[in-house]
Amino acid sequence: MHILVIEDDREAANWLLKGLREAGHVADLATNGPEGLQMARDGDYDVLIVDRMLPGMDGLSIVRSLREEGDQTPALFLSALGEVEDKVEGLRAGGDDYLAKPYSFSELLARVEVLGRRKTAEPVQTRLRVGDMEMDLLKRRVTRAGQEILLQPREFKLLEYLMRNAGNVVTRTMLLENVWNYHFDPQTNVIDVHISRLRGKIDKGFDKPMLHTVRGSGYVLKAD
Amino acid sequence: MAPAADSTTHSTPAETGGKSSGTGKNADTSQAGYAAETVTGRGPHTQRRGIWRVVRTSTFRLVAIYLLVFAVSVAAVLAYTWWQAQRLLQAQIEQTIAADVRGIAEQYAINGPGGVVAVLRRRTQQGVPGGLYLLSGPDGKVLAGNLPQLPEELQKRERSGWVDFTISVITPSGPRERHVRAYYIHLAEGLHIVIGRDIEHLFQFRRVIRNVLLWTLGLTTLLGIGGGLLLSRNFLRRIDGITASVRAIRAGRLARRVPVEGSGDELDRLAEALNDMLDQIERLMQGMREVSSNIAHDLKTPLTRLKAQTENALRAGGEEQRREALASTIAQADELLRTFNSLLLIARAEAGQARAGFSEVDVAEVAREVAELYEPIVEDMGGEFALHAPRRALVLGDRQLIAQALVNLLENAMKYGVPKEGALRLSVEVRTGREHVDIIVSDNGPGIPEEMREKVKERFVRLDKARSAPGSGLGLSLVASIARLHDGELRLEDNAPGLRAVLRLPVRRDAGKAGQSKGDRGGGIDTSGEARA
Repeated sequence: MHILVIEDDREAANWLLKGLREAGHVADLATNGPEGLQMARDGDYDVLIVDRMLPGMDGLSIVRSLREEGDQTPALFLSALGEVEDKVEGLRAGGDDYLAKPYSFSELLARVEVLGRRKTAEPVQTRLRVGDMEMDLLKRRVTRAGQEILLQPREFKLLEYLMRNAGNVVTRTMLLENVWNYHFDPQTNVIDVHISRLRGKIDKGFDKPMLHTVRGSGYVLKAD
Repeated sequence: MAPAADSTTHSTPAETGGKSSGTGKNADTSQAGYAAETVTGRGPHTQRRGIWRVVRTSTFRLVAIYLLVFAVSVAAVLAYTWWQAQRLLQAQIEQTIAADVRGIAEQYAINGPGGVVAVLRRRTQQGVPGGLYLLSGPDGKVLAGNLPQLPEELQKRERSGWVDFTISVITPSGPRERHVRAYYIHLAEGLHIVIGRDIEHLFQFRRVIRNVLLWTLGLTTLLGIGGGLLLSRNFLRRIDGITASVRAIRAGRLARRVPVEGSGDELDRLAEALNDMLDQIERLMQGMREVSSNIAHDLKTPLTRLKAQTENALRAGGEEQRREALASTIAQADELLRTFNSLLLIARAEAGQARAGFSEVDVAEVAREVAELYEPIVEDMGGEFALHAPRRALVLGDRQLIAQALVNLLENAMKYGVPKEGALRLSVEVRTGREHVDIIVSDNGPGIPEEMREKVKERFVRLDKARSAPGSGLGLSLVASIARLHDGELRLEDNAPGLRAVLRLPVRRDAGKAGQSKGDRGGGIDTSGEARA
């Protein structure tokens, strides 16, 4: 993936670039607002990682300008301002995701990869398919290898999110935000319990498990 | 008015200075400010102040403007009344004169001048009230009538028409001028006829009106200015009270409050609002002070540990050891971050900023969602989980914060509420009352001793027993702040055995009735009052 990082803190930026490159992505850096906007306009990026507070032009304005020009490149805001209102403000300006500092790299990577995929896919789908698992969004039915799996509504939502992001790591925070719509971190492993219940329903009795735990990051749903 | 008179002399130099030049006026202002400040310093001696300060108040200005408007309207009404009345009277007089003129003209047409003389004699003998008549010859000799002579203004006149003149009348108190309105006829033979009426009463009427006007305006102005001064002085006194308090607070006496008279008027409301603001600021400052000292104390320990571990990692020989030390360092850092985030959340909740984002929140729904999130984990722990919630329980608040509070209570119960023997029985109950919605989380664990129940709501306070378990000591304190943010409260009670935490939130006023009425229940999809998870 081709990623543009707009971040004025050199040390944080280098750490970010290094991590992204190690994960197999191509990453460029802009260290101020106007430069970032110019690079975002000129280059063909899959994802923008934008710091909120930048010299010259703040992150919100950059993304707002791009959106006004019709540029829909997914953007993830990074900010020390972590409160819900700030998140809402970022999303309203045209951002696609928001991560409060300090963040863990695995959390950032998972979100960036999910955003990068979103750019290419996602016409309105009524059916999701991962390997031999199929989800009918209209009939609210899930089958694996033709065998119906009965799910609770929340389990269905959880699986839907995992299927939409199949192949990508999703973190516990992402699940809590997107499946439960809660923007805080519980102290206990609530998500793990829900995942293990879901796993019991979709993987038990099948020879190949699909829902995998990624240590230190989160979970991934994949066909093989 | 004695103090006012006293203060007039007091401020005379300032007054003349203000009139002569702009700088003088400035000097006056600063002097007044200085005076107020020193007076404040001295205490209750606030009565000494210049009348010009009173005059410059907005109350006085309002009174003056009102007075002006009132005076102008009164003058206008009186002038109009007078003008209309006079017009009417004058028209009546002119009509009677015209009737007279017609009668005399007829006589003249029939009998000539002799007829006119006869009529005039008859009229004067009859004594028509206020009627004045005259017929004089070309030489000015009076032939008939009760006017002593042809008035001077008419001697040269040759054209007939309406005339006004004055005559002198001898009264017991001396000669007096009287106004006359008359019709003057100049006949071809050099004869002059004057048929008029005494209209002195019209002029008297005008004088009365003018006097009434002058008296009214004079009295109104006097009373208005006096009242204005009194009102303004009262107003100024109260404003000075507020100013003095604000100055005292600025000078560092933070506990000082603006005086409230108890009349409930707009100044009292202002004073109350100011006091509320001051209370809030004081609370915030106190909170900040507390938090900073707590942070200093309680974050030092984990930071020291973190540092030691990092140093160990640096010194450690084996790759595996190093890896382990680093992993533990990250875990510690995460724990610190979480503590820090909780502190920020508490600070935010206490600052009340979040109120701006308040909206209608269905606590019952939040409870169902959170219960659904936590039920599996409680069951995995081998515990029992029960939820009792009505279909709807609306409050005005922040959904994220309320959910966070409930999550904290649940996690608290899961961490500290497990009984030594037997299984954890955790229940979440939402109860709606007329005024409040209660979110009740109860467990069957060891509970909290009564003397510690208030204490544990403070930041970083943990029960001794709990020290071994992980936690920052901020969970309940965050719940308490969230409760306060919503004008509610957190109560910790004995569940015998166990702890019963009651998060009480005020019901959303306008929606409360709808949420409880039977009609509303019937209209919903789910008609059962309770749901059990």
